[in-house]
Amino acid sequence: MDCGEIIRVLNEYLNGELDATLLADLKEHLRKCEDCRVVVDTTRKTIDLYCNCEPLPLPAGVKQRLEAALARKLGGARS
Amino acid sequence: MPTHLANETELVEAARSGDAEAFTTLVNQYDRNIYRLALNITGNPEDAEDVLQETFLKAYAHLSRFKGDSRFYTWLVRIGVNEALMKLRKRKADRTVSLDEPVETGDEESIPRELADWGENPEQRYARQELQEILAAALSELDPAFRIVVYLRDVEHLSTEETAEVLGLSVPAVKSRLLRGRLKLRESLARRFRPGAPAAERQKASGKMRQWLNRIWKRG
Repeated sequence: MDCGEIIRVLNEYLNGELDATLLADLKEHLRKCEDCRVVVDTTRKTIDLYCNCEPLPLPAGVKQRLEAALARKLGGARS
Repeated sequence: MPTHLANETELVEAARSGDAEAFTTLVNQYDRNIYRLALNITGNPEDAEDVLQETFLKAYAHLSRFKGDSRFYTWLVRIGVNEALMKLRKRKADRTVSLDEPVETGDEESIPRELADWGENPEQRYARQELQEILAAALSELDPAFRIVVYLRDVEHLSTEETAEVLGLSVPAVKSRLLRGRLKLRESLARRFRPGAPAAERQKASGKMRQWLNRIWKRG
């Protein structure tokens, strides 16, 4: 496996979907190639950083206007 | 993906029979996520607010169509994505490629250029707020064709098939965009995270959207 092939199977590897033969080839390449090791590690880290993001509360005005829009709709449904 | 409410099935059932309070509980649980989703797809705070309202109004009106075979949140996300894409297409109709067309770029852009390790873990190196800003800025710089796929897969944790379905793309197209999107993000973060990266580079402003994104990202 060369560096280009590592990139092509990167997602499958990071998703844990790579079959055993390709996985062995990939690991063999990573042992010898510092550049690919960095790319694989930092791509994994990139995904982890975004995985762990949680949203902040809505800006006050946005929340108020959402509540008002819902009150009109839900109030209408009840009457 | 946000926490699943323990009594969600009952809340949805109650909301379907007209219980406004039950529906409000569901809204309060998921509104932040739907707003962030809308902002990440449209890239525009006014559009994101419209999408937020329209998503919940539409969900309420069509609750009878929710069959309970997926999580309620996944169903909401589908509505939100559709609303947001309509907005995006309206805005971009006359100036850029449509989301469901192939992105005409070669392999050249997917070649990693930043090959230095990040050294110290970014989570230790940066204050939480600063890290949020870096992540938001890097994501906002991506072309929407990549940003939306990365967002749905890596932030919302939709499957490849679900992402393909909601975006009207083929599964291979989603896989290709996810790979290129992740590599672009990695490249962008690597410039900011490499040891000795100057503060100016890390803090490079990327316009109005960055300020808005900063407000809705938070490290969990």
